[in-house]
Amino acid sequence: MNELLKRKSRGDVWFDVINYTVLTVIMLLVLFPLYFVLIASFSDPNLIYSGEVWLFPKGFTLDGYVRIFNDSSIWIGYANSILYAGVGTLIGVAVTVFAAYPLARKNLVGKTFIMWFLMITMFFSGGLIPTYLLIKDLHMLNTIWALVIPGAGGVFNVIIVRTFFQSSIPDEMWEAASIDGCSNTKFFWSIVLPLSKSILAVMVLYHVVGFWNGFFDALIYLNDENKYPLQLILRNILVQNQVNSGMMVDVESYAAKMRVTELIKYGVIIVSSLPLLLLYPFLQKYFVKGVMIGSIKG
Amino acid sequence: MIKPSRKTWSRMKRDYELYLFLLPIIIVYLVFKYYPMYGVQIAFKDFSPSRGIWGSEWVGFQHFIDFFDSYNFWTIMNNTLTLSFLSLIFSFPAPIIIAIMLNQMLGKRYKKFIQTVIYAPHFISTVVLVGMLHVFLSPNSGIVNHFIAWLGGEPILFMANEGWFRPLYILSGIWQETGFSTIIYLAALAGVNPELHEAATMDGASKWKRVWNVDIPSILPTIVILLILALGNIMSIGFEKAFLMQSDLNYATSNIIPTYVYEMGIQKAQYSFSTAVGLFNSMINIVLIVTVNRVAKKMTETSLW
Repeated sequence: MNELLKRKSRGDVWFDVINYTVLTVIMLLVLFPLYFVLIASFSDPNLIYSGEVWLFPKGFTLDGYVRIFNDSSIWIGYANSILYAGVGTLIGVAVTVFAAYPLARKNLVGKTFIMWFLMITMFFSGGLIPTYLLIKDLHMLNTIWALVIPGAGGVFNVIIVRTFFQSSIPDEMWEAASIDGCSNTKFFWSIVLPLSKSILAVMVLYHVVGFWNGFFDALIYLNDENKYPLQLILRNILVQNQVNSGMMVDVESYAAKMRVTELIKYGVIIVSSLPLLLLYPFLQKYFVKGVMIGSIKG
Repeated sequence: MIKPSRKTWSRMKRDYELYLFLLPIIIVYLVFKYYPMYGVQIAFKDFSPSRGIWGSEWVGFQHFIDFFDSYNFWTIMNNTLTLSFLSLIFSFPAPIIIAIMLNQMLGKRYKKFIQTVIYAPHFISTVVLVGMLHVFLSPNSGIVNHFIAWLGGEPILFMANEGWFRPLYILSGIWQETGFSTIIYLAALAGVNPELHEAATMDGASKWKRVWNVDIPSILPTIVILLILALGNIMSIGFEKAFLMQSDLNYATSNIIPTYVYEMGIQKAQYSFSTAVGLFNSMINIVLIVTVNRVAKKMTETSLW
């Protein structure tokens, strides 16, 4: 920054004061709900219920977590979500990256046609029911494939990766390699991919977050409870208020049940969001990078 | 059709591996995106599973007419449009303002910290977000009602009140996505030519004036592009959240086209009718995005295509 820009008038000082204050307030408004869920999950449910927990946990207890971890449906949901996110990410990233590379090449015959073939689907789609009927006819209902294949290779992701390839792997590089007798496939594996680790990281993260948080496809396509991902089990607990009886052993009165239910709700929010929220600060730079690459028009 | 020349053929042959790379995505799109477009014809048929898409009988626009004539058509349209436009009006400017404010921060560390915090809700799932609304707004135990009681008010049945559906939908959306949406504007602001700021400062412009006359005009193209995209998606507002927040008690305002399509199609198995409603919805979307794009091109010379 130039020295000149640092010189401040009185109005500028006010501007800074107001700016910092407003941003700090906004930051606290965003942070507080997350923080409150955390402290509530460790607090005595009676104290939460009567409104005595505000800024610090009160009546510290791990009761909620013990009940959650003793419940098998949570574990099944966790295992399923990990499976779906793992397989889905593998397929999704592979399809995306394979598609993006040829589309990044300057002279590919039919490139414009293929781009349109992909982009039209952004504006027009068959919609929910025709897609559902197709999945049914393919006998993919109640299988992992209904969740991981139909959405593979989303247009936005393909464009992001393509833009990255275009800007970081110039065509001259390929021309030089091909003169040396390198095939397209070999060039892709030994030059393109090693130079693209950051965009691969971005894609892996996008997919993992998408699959971990997704619930609608599972709601439509799965009906076997043993195949439910974590989000569907969360929905039962958080939104539909169906806490498993397994979590309620030893709770007798109705009032106590209500309170323990609340505690369990705070706990499952933490348990289900923790993997992403813990990873997130370390991954932040990749997310930011991904959004920025995607924002370059091309 | 232009007949491919020999040169084109030889180039395609030379690059055959690249076409193999493209094969998976083409298959996925043909099967899972284009085939359902073919299936859209059931909107004009009386689909019966036993006779299949092709064998079912044509009924023309009957399902559309039924939808337009149904007693809740105007409610659903009104709910969809009101929710969409209100969320757009309130959610769209928020990240622009916050990005400009963040861009004016001098302390790098504090700025980074604020960014880290405000991006975070983006990584929370919709289910958890709606779950948080339920626990925070619970009439007996929620912190919001405790706060209202502490101020001396009566507890409010937020989640079971049709009047609260829209404000809650919009506010929770702002809480969850504003921070993350600032990234794209911050990127645009980082690209603003510093000489413009220097020149403005020389001329005695205050910070406020520089924001207004340098920053905002510089990021206008980004704003326009994102606005077009947002307007084009106005009819396809977040199904997931509306669906999760929906209950019998707020149905009067929470019943929007996407949830109606789900209800009629998946829950009541009215495949043809539901497809017709969905098709009607995407038609409005296409018309909107094409119109908005054209207007934007004329007025600001910025457009999607």
